[in-house]
Amino acid sequence: MTAITADIVAVPRIIRSPGFWHGVIRRLSRDPVALVALCIVIALIAIAILAPYLAPYDPAKTSVIRRLKPIGTPGYLLGTDELGRDMLSRLIYGARLSLVMGVIPVPIAFIIGSTIGIIAGYAGGIVNTLIMRTVDVFYAFPSVLLAVALSGALGSGLTNALVSLTVVFIPQIARVAESVTTQVRRLDYVDAARASGANAPTIIVVHVLSNVLGPIFVFATSLISVSMILASGLSFLGLGVRPPDAEWGLMLNSLRTAIYVNPYVAALPGVMIFVTSICFNLFSDGLRTAMDVKS
Amino acid sequence: MTDPAPMIDIRNLSVTFNRGRKPVKAVNGVSLSVRPGEVVALLGESGSGKSVTMRSLLRLHPAGTTIEGTMTVAGRDVTGLSKRELGDLRGPIVSMVFQEPRLALDPVYTLGRQIEETIMRHEKVSRAEASARALALFRKVRIPSPERRLKNYPHEMSGGMLQRSMIAMALACNPKVLLADEPTTALDATVQIQILLLIRDLQREYGLSVIFVTHDIGVAAEVADRIAVMYAGRIVEEGTVSEIIHAPKHPYTQGLLGARVELAHGRDRLITIPGAPPDLTNMPSGCAFSPRCPVASEPCHTRVPELVSQGEAGRVACIQYA
Amino acid sequence: MTDYLHRSMGDLDPRDRGGPAQPLVSVQGLVKHFPVKSSGLFQPRKVVRAVDSINFEILKGETLGVVGESGCGKSTTARLLMQLVKPDKGEVLFDGETVGGAISLGDYRRQVQMVFQDSYASLNPRLTIEESVSFGPRVHGVPAQTAIARAHDLLHRVGLEPNRFAGRYPHELSGGQRQRVNIARALALEPRLVILDEAVSALDKSVEAQVLNLLLDLKRDFGLTYLFISHDLNVVRFMCDRVMVMYLGKVAEIGSRDAIFERTKHPYSAALLASMPSMDPQARALEPPLVGDPPSPIDPPSGCRFHTRCKFAEDICAQIVPPLAAISQAQSAACLMSMPRSGHSHAPVHGDL
Repeated sequence: MTAITADIVAVPRIIRSPGFWHGVIRRLSRDPVALVALCIVIALIAIAILAPYLAPYDPAKTSVIRRLKPIGTPGYLLGTDELGRDMLSRLIYGARLSLVMGVIPVPIAFIIGSTIGIIAGYAGGIVNTLIMRTVDVFYAFPSVLLAVALSGALGSGLTNALVSLTVVFIPQIARVAESVTTQVRRLDYVDAARASGANAPTIIVVHVLSNVLGPIFVFATSLISVSMILASGLSFLGLGVRPPDAEWGLMLNSLRTAIYVNPYVAALPGVMIFVTSICFNLFSDGLRTAMDVKS
Repeated sequence: MTDPAPMIDIRNLSVTFNRGRKPVKAVNGVSLSVRPGEVVALLGESGSGKSVTMRSLLRLHPAGTTIEGTMTVAGRDVTGLSKRELGDLRGPIVSMVFQEPRLALDPVYTLGRQIEETIMRHEKVSRAEASARALALFRKVRIPSPERRLKNYPHEMSGGMLQRSMIAMALACNPKVLLADEPTTALDATVQIQILLLIRDLQREYGLSVIFVTHDIGVAAEVADRIAVMYAGRIVEEGTVSEIIHAPKHPYTQGLLGARVELAHGRDRLITIPGAPPDLTNMPSGCAFSPRCPVASEPCHTRVPELVSQGEAGRVACIQYA
Repeated sequence: MTDYLHRSMGDLDPRDRGGPAQPLVSVQGLVKHFPVKSSGLFQPRKVVRAVDSINFEILKGETLGVVGESGCGKSTTARLLMQLVKPDKGEVLFDGETVGGAISLGDYRRQVQMVFQDSYASLNPRLTIEESVSFGPRVHGVPAQTAIARAHDLLHRVGLEPNRFAGRYPHELSGGQRQRVNIARALALEPRLVILDEAVSALDKSVEAQVLNLLLDLKRDFGLTYLFISHDLNVVRFMCDRVMVMYLGKVAEIGSRDAIFERTKHPYSAALLASMPSMDPQARALEPPLVGDPPSPIDPPSGCRFHTRCKFAEDICAQIVPPLAAISQAQSAACLMSMPRSGHSHAPVHGDL
């Protein structure tokens, strides 16, 4: 080591720029819409966790005399359903299963789908063709149809619903991962890394992952809202959670008979699904904007 | 010297972009006039404001841009015109040629169709007449086998042919003013010279006033009558081509010419301007060039020099000549 | 680790094998065709003849310039040399050894590095400058601390103070600064040959001059050899010892700078030179030296590929592919007009030079 080198190394203070994620959080914190959406999502998660402490009644307790009370009934703030169960308690408990079914399939599909897509995108050529055409077979089915068909084949139940939703999302995430990776793969810095003698795993870990995971993550976040709706749909069709468990999709189904008697109460689970999914969507939009370095 | 009324007259133009956190003043008090039949090159590096200045004439800026100052084109005040009135101006009075014709042309229509539409939008003529004029224009810009080429879509043409078509379309309504934004930058050397010569010939034939934006002093020397050198949103020197090339006065122009490799024969190193152009959001006080200037003195860092007349027709903004 | 800082052109590189007379790189019969999508179902599959059987040498310690227009194959040549694309035919000898044979791809890549045109696309936006520069050495097993120290050295050497720049990200730098980082990154593996693919073309003129000076200094200090690809003939004239002119995937002419710029023997080189702006408003060009655009390399003209645009073209030019033949010691051209008894009316009558 030369003296010059030693001198430079000895200089203690190197100006470090804040990292990429630091900037993302900073930009996100300036986006009121995304922040409000995030707060609502966090609140919903908190409600789901604290359900036993927050719910005024047992969500499964039926009553023949208290059926279909309207919103604002004293003691039953959001009314009661067709079996006389307290709507507020059921909505609070319903957040648990609805969020589990909506959220869990996405990270699992994210891990599997990104792996498939990144390998296909980086390898290119015949490997890419083989993987992506297989993925396309699944992608060709409308996602609702695929979810219903898979759940139907596997039988109803929470686990089977989760599996079928995961399978529905893997091809979608794999396609996004593949296209982002293919773009990054063509950039000069990947060529420069190849030119410096690095092997494919090193290049993927150092140069590809850091640049593709962000966009795939944003896409996956936006899938949570789809997943919520599909999960509710499965339960609505009797392919997900079984009664008497509280789940928003299932509640929507059982309340549909009451739609002429008490439409506002019947719409409540739908409102919850709508609010939750739109909040996930708004947050993912905010994240996308915050991750755009150029802006 | 009595000048005829200028075809383009820009007075004290300032353009501020209000996107992002800080407003960016891309053009800062530019005055420029172009006589009928004159070619003026706006020369500068990226971020000098050369393109922004030219685009202000047609107000081709994103929403939220503040434009101050006055601009007249062919005797009309364009500062107060509505978008619609500007649209009427574009074609018969002013037309424009861009660096990337591929982005400026519509990919789903044939070139002939696009030229016909341009003519018919501004003049009451039949399609047959418009198509005859399109053919004549393609001949004028020397596109080989013009009948066949008119039926081509933009993606079927090479870069040079596409730029010729773009020029043909710009001339479709016999404009008085041509605005050219780096029209040869994306082209190969042997094609660039063809396009430069074409623009020069057509300019003479039609008596056009041209503002030619470029970063290449060699290109400016090939087409322009006068050159205005821009730096950090201001014109720092203006003069005839010979004055600028043979006797540059502003230290920036001198540096730019010193850094030209073709003038470096016999030298083993190039003379360079140190540093880089300033960040427009964080401009140095005083003369914007002073931090890079080899002859800067104390007052340069505090006072912005005025553009003053110097020599026959030149103007320069430097404290040495104030 | 210390020697690379202070080596200069006169010193012998310990890695040198064949001595100064042996070319550093010798390219023999290199061919690369890229398939393109056919326009119809039953149409034959078309290929872009990006590089079509080229031969040339890069001498030790020189700067070889490569000029030509879009589609001439100069960037493909760079990528072939860098082994980023596999050639269809032909081979590359490095200091006398076949790349992939006597010298392994890994060893070769340590000795040949590249600087790309787009300074932004060639840096990973998620890595700090020092991480980008130290990546290559770390791949080759240099410990992290040493690699970072070497990166700081090199940043200092290319004019970027490490304490100010090492911890920053590419988007916080200007184009000129980023290109300096790319140069430092290329030097981090102590290469003997650096391929500069339009490395200064995207820079502003005042910044371009600074980077050109830097490249000259680095070449002297590190004893480098450059392959300098550019569309700007003025820059090539300033930087290069020898110049290769390419047209549609073929070498049109190769020779010393003075031979090419003062007494070119190929009409394409002559036209290219005449196309440069004159910088003299009193001596402006009146006629364009060439008409039309370069033809597409998908379906190149038969015979001499330049015959469709050549002022001197005769019938024979469409039939015979002119070989690249020596005209003098310092110059070779691929033109029937400089080939004795080629059948072209301008050809020299006698075989002697």
